[in-house]
Amino acid sequence: MSASATRQEGWSKAPAIVDYGEGELLEVSMGPHHPSTHGVFRMDVTLQGEQITKLKPVFGYLHRNHEKLGEGQSYLASMPYTDRLDYICSLTNNWAYALAVEKLVGQEVPERAEYLRVIVGELTRVQNHALSVGFLIQDMGASGTPLMYAFKEREKILDLFESLTGSRMMCNYMRFGGCRVDATPAWLDEVRRVVAGLPKFADEFERLLCTNEILMARTQGVGVLPAELAMSAGVTGPMLRASGVNYDIRKVDHYGIYDRFDFKVPLGSHGDVYDRFMIRLLELRESIKILEQALRDIPDGPVMDPKAKIRNFRPKPGEAYGRIEAPKGELGFYLISDGSGNPYRYRVRPPSFVNLTVLEDMCLGHNVADVVLILGSVDIVLGEVDR
Amino acid sequence: MAVDEQLKIEMGRQGVFVTTLEELYNWGRRSSIWPMNFGLACCAIEMIATTMARYDLARFGAEVFRPSPRQADMMIISGTVTKKMAPQVVRLYNQMAEPRYVIAMGACAISGGPFKQGYNVLKGIDRYIPVDVHIPGCPPRPEALLEAFIALQKKIDAQPLTGEARPRHLDAEAPGEFPVPEPGEHDLEPAANTSVWTVPVVIR
Repeated sequence: MSASATRQEGWSKAPAIVDYGEGELLEVSMGPHHPSTHGVFRMDVTLQGEQITKLKPVFGYLHRNHEKLGEGQSYLASMPYTDRLDYICSLTNNWAYALAVEKLVGQEVPERAEYLRVIVGELTRVQNHALSVGFLIQDMGASGTPLMYAFKEREKILDLFESLTGSRMMCNYMRFGGCRVDATPAWLDEVRRVVAGLPKFADEFERLLCTNEILMARTQGVGVLPAELAMSAGVTGPMLRASGVNYDIRKVDHYGIYDRFDFKVPLGSHGDVYDRFMIRLLELRESIKILEQALRDIPDGPVMDPKAKIRNFRPKPGEAYGRIEAPKGELGFYLISDGSGNPYRYRVRPPSFVNLTVLEDMCLGHNVADVVLILGSVDIVLGEVDR
Repeated sequence: MAVDEQLKIEMGRQGVFVTTLEELYNWGRRSSIWPMNFGLACCAIEMIATTMARYDLARFGAEVFRPSPRQADMMIISGTVTKKMAPQVVRLYNQMAEPRYVIAMGACAISGGPFKQGYNVLKGIDRYIPVDVHIPGCPPRPEALLEAFIALQKKIDAQPLTGEARPRHLDAEAPGEFPVPEPGEHDLEPAANTSVWTVPVVIR
């Protein structure tokens, strides 16, 4: 095979004006370096004037061989790699992977560890939703200010993660059968203090944004995703709920100990960008409710099952699929074991990749400036999309 | 030629500010480095955190993130460079105007990091473009990025305007364009730019 044959067709093509017989259309390649593609995502859009007539997503600029590396190393060695899937919420990735392996070997998790998982998972959700709303508004042109509010709160939560796990972003906290280290009472008090400040932050954020005229004009009725399309495309998470479908894996699966907590699932009615934005703000409040309950009820005890096997970890041949409601949607890990120390197949079901498949349907007919917003409302992280 | 420190202090007492053109020029250059708004992977989030209120990169004159390479002075390679992305990174670097600087942020940008064994991951961006500062870490903390930034400022401060060690934009012979690699049969072609990178010799 020659070098030219392996080259992708048109991968470095300049914008071209093509005559499709219905007037002139402009083909523009947005990305991979674009200030608002949230990483290295590329969209080949075809424009008629300002309107989108065709949109082709191009992936793979951050393909880091996650699944292939996972097949070549032990089960535990994949745990730090899961941090780098969705690098904004590493702890929920840890949780999904731990859940899949625990299902594979039938491992029990102690009570306190379950509570700790809920606490760090919900803190992750709070910071992810704050950040995604901040970035969405950054894309709208509100340069800096809303994002600074979001980052201010995120830094507080990252400090908690750091004092618990030793790392700000790449926490690597969960283990098969529990958590790596126990939380001190001082840490829990610190969490209580931060959580007590969260409703004020949510109020402030809402006051700053929700009734903003420009925001409403830019987002209402833009990028509508009908519920039927969302369901048939496998969209999950806040995007699906913004379209009005009541589907939250915390309620459906009751994984972990989520059946003990009293929380609501906010639903949208229009499925536009504004609904997706509001759903995230409402979910943030529900997460605060879960956090308060978990911090109230957390029992004493071990954080690691003493019977859990760490060395020479070889699951019996079989397969397991563990899924959780990650901040972006259904995050699943599918593992096939052949009885050896490495998984035979290690597959990630990333929420933002599946949510991205409906991008063209949401964008068609909109102006090119709205595409940036619609993409921002999907809330993608390229580490997870390309893996 | 540097000004004698003692003379500087004495003249300062008389209300006269003495400096050299070189010092003044470098002071201006290092105090307004505009980075490029360019994120690749996980480290980009820490890079954004550095610019936010808590760490505040603006204290060092670098808060103006420019989306266009034409207006930027510095490129922070923040994350894993895959073989699909490497040509674009080199092309963006070529589009930047001199004087231009590069910070390789994080293990992936330096060497491929945890993903080094991967078939699609470039084993260090310094194979194609000259890197001024490397920061280890996965991801490096915002303080580490600030440290790298200060190191870069010190480097700019120390650059003489004439002679062998002068910055590249004052050297007509220095290459402006770096060859953009293309996807070949098994790897990028060429696998490295030999004028900026040679295979390191391991001393055992």
